[in-house]
Amino acid sequence: MRKTEVLVVGGGPAGLSAAIAAASMGAKVLLVDDGLKLGGQLVKQTHKFFGSHRQSAGVRGIKIAGMLLSDIEKLKDKIEVVSNTTATGYYQDDGVVTAMTGEDVYMKIKSERVIIATGASERMLTFPNNDLPGVYGAGAVQTLMNVYGIVPGDRVLMVGAGNIGLIVSYQLMQANVEVATVVEAMPYIGGYLVHASKIRRLGVPIYTSHTILEVYGKDAVEAAAIVKLDSKWQPIPSTKRILNVDTVCLSVGLSPLIELLWQAGCKMKYVPQLGGNVVLRDKYMRTSRRDIFVAGDVAGIEEATSAMLEGKLAGLIAASDLGYAYDGWEADREDTLSSLEELRRGPLSEKIRSGLKEVVVEW
Amino acid sequence: MVKLSEHLRRTGVFSMEEVNRVMPPPEVLKKGPVAVVECIQEIPCDPCHASCPFGAIKEFKDINDLPEIDWEKCTGCTLCVAKCPGLAIFVVDASCDGDDALLKLPYEFYPVPEKGEEVELLNRAGEVVGKGEVRSVIEPHKDGTKVVTVHVPKDMIADVRHVRVVR
Amino acid sequence: MSSRLEHHPILTFQRGRKVKFYFDGKELEGYEGETIAAALHAAGVKKYRTSAELGRPRGFFCAIGKCSSCFMVVDGKPNVRVCVTPLREGMRVQTQIGKGDLIEKN
Ligand SMILES: Cc1cc2nc3c(=O)[nH]c(=O)nc-3n(C[C@H](O)[C@H](O)[C@H](O)COP(=O)(O)OP(=O)(O)OC[C@H]3O[C@@H](n4cnc5c(N)ncnc54)[C@H](O)[C@@H]3O)c2cc1C
Ligand code: SF4
Ligand code: SF4
Repeated sequence: MRKTEVLVVGGGPAGLSAAIAAASMGAKVLLVDDGLKLGGQLVKQTHKFFGSHRQSAGVRGIKIAGMLLSDIEKLKDKIEVVSNTTATGYYQDDGVVTAMTGEDVYMKIKSERVIIATGASERMLTFPNNDLPGVYGAGAVQTLMNVYGIVPGDRVLMVGAGNIGLIVSYQLMQANVEVATVVEAMPYIGGYLVHASKIRRLGVPIYTSHTILEVYGKDAVEAAAIVKLDSKWQPIPSTKRILNVDTVCLSVGLSPLIELLWQAGCKMKYVPQLGGNVVLRDKYMRTSRRDIFVAGDVAGIEEATSAMLEGKLAGLIAASDLGYAYDGWEADREDTLSSLEELRRGPLSEKIRSGLKEVVVEW
Repeated sequence: MVKLSEHLRRTGVFSMEEVNRVMPPPEVLKKGPVAVVECIQEIPCDPCHASCPFGAIKEFKDINDLPEIDWEKCTGCTLCVAKCPGLAIFVVDASCDGDDALLKLPYEFYPVPEKGEEVELLNRAGEVVGKGEVRSVIEPHKDGTKVVTVHVPKDMIADVRHVRVVR
Repeated sequence: MSSRLEHHPILTFQRGRKVKFYFDGKELEGYEGETIAAALHAAGVKKYRTSAELGRPRGFFCAIGKCSSCFMVVDGKPNVRVCVTPLREGMRVQTQIGKGDLIEKN
């Protein structure tokens, strides 16, 4: 059994920031992440990030990961990192977390505080032949292309015009892969319009009120059909078109990866604005179980900037529970809280704000 | 909230009215190179302000504010062009007499055009609208985002927003 | 189709040592440190198993070890998530038919 003071599950921007904050306070931290490389979503984000210039906006995601990792490195006498390791279970009776390294090495971890920062998983869409090889999640395409330098195919149909669909389309074009078109079921483009304009001027069409109908192929995708939707979301058969594509990339939303929080018995609520089931927590990210915190996309699908700020809050509070502190940490905490509020003040964050109203409570 | 056209929200391409909203007036264009900021949706973003050494992009009161440019102060230096994560800023130089103008566009593709090379000129919808000669390629922040200066006819400065290498 | 990127405007790819491995008995090449799925994809292989009931072809979907779509038999062991398992010299990778059989050790 391994013992630690603060266990952080997940090494994306939220988990890394949580580990840095808790260790800066003086706590002993164990960070487990199931990837081969730390950084979560950031390691495949080649584009420059939005947000405040005070929190690295205008810097590429991969660079932001590098900055966080160098902070982790500076605190290495406090933070132990275990990669390629999946936290598989939380046992309520004794608070033990089980984890698996690779495919078959197991360990048990007991920690005074646990911060869950597992991020999110990609949603699937139902249509005939959606299980054929060549139908990939947008994140999967990014991993293949931006981490391993391998393109997914020659010609891609992108499903979904949210930020992820738009950004991954742009990244495909940067790898000289043709994006045949982007379809979006909603009548309007959901992602930032600057991202949409970026791919439009490259010649990629975006069809709103359109969806994928089915995919054709024997052992892998050989073509796909798209169709226009009427105002009641019904396909208009006469508008069906066949596209010659070998890859269909799905970016139809993310769901928080909450399994460990279920197992721990944390109070949950279904809040569609935040991506599905999420935990109740106070403004400092503490869940209904005093010893468990959340941060990042697992607490509600949002952005890397908010994930970092939430992670920092969770790390600070978890460590302060254990009696740790540094000079001015309380001012730091309040500053972090107000940066989060500022970030969420805009018209496009309306959905997030209304979702948070339902889950942020006082314990 | 700022009003955006149906056309933009459905297609990702500016309407004529929106083009006119962002383009500098003739008296500004006459003066020298200036930035055109094509960012008209309120998103949480502000690095353009911090990237301008001349204070030409006003400070944001709220991170969701729209960027506001002061063309009196803008020198057309392109530092913001290469910093903006939306790749939504372009520099136009229509100050020469006659029919010639220069556009300075952000570029993050391979291959990179060379000085003197003839490239295709693309409009906001990705249609090829002509050909132009590349005058220079720089990388202001040494971070992968290049700025390509291309020669275009003056009547195309509000139209051309991308170049494509054809070899 | 050459699917490995040699040039990229933003990224440079540091690839490990070139190694040989076997896919259904056929010798292929990949780079140490990349995942088995990445190496197979680069070699043009997209189908990794057939589904248990209907025998339908499956490849990867999430590429981060969460969706179980890419189970293969690796060095005799079934149900290995090839999208998160690093490639090593001489590995024997096989298309998994159905559920895969557990090899009992005693
Ligand atoms: C294409 C794309 C573009 C984006 N662009 C922007 C942008 O411009 N600006 C912005 O602010 N945000 C952007 N985002 C969003 C941002 O990347 C995410 O919101 C952010 O990464 C969330 O951080 P996180 O730490 O919560 O989760 P993640 O980054 O997903 O990290 C979670 C980590 O936990 C690991 N993990 C999960 N379960 C376990 C387990 N059981 N055991 C061990 N480890 C586990 C995962 O493998 C992963 O490494 C973008 C996202 C995408 C996909
Ligand atoms: S072009 Fe230069 S001077 Fe003009 S706004 Fe951009 S950074 Fe400022
Ligand atoms: S940096 Fe670009 S996208 Fe961000 S606010 Fe400024 S102009 Fe808009």
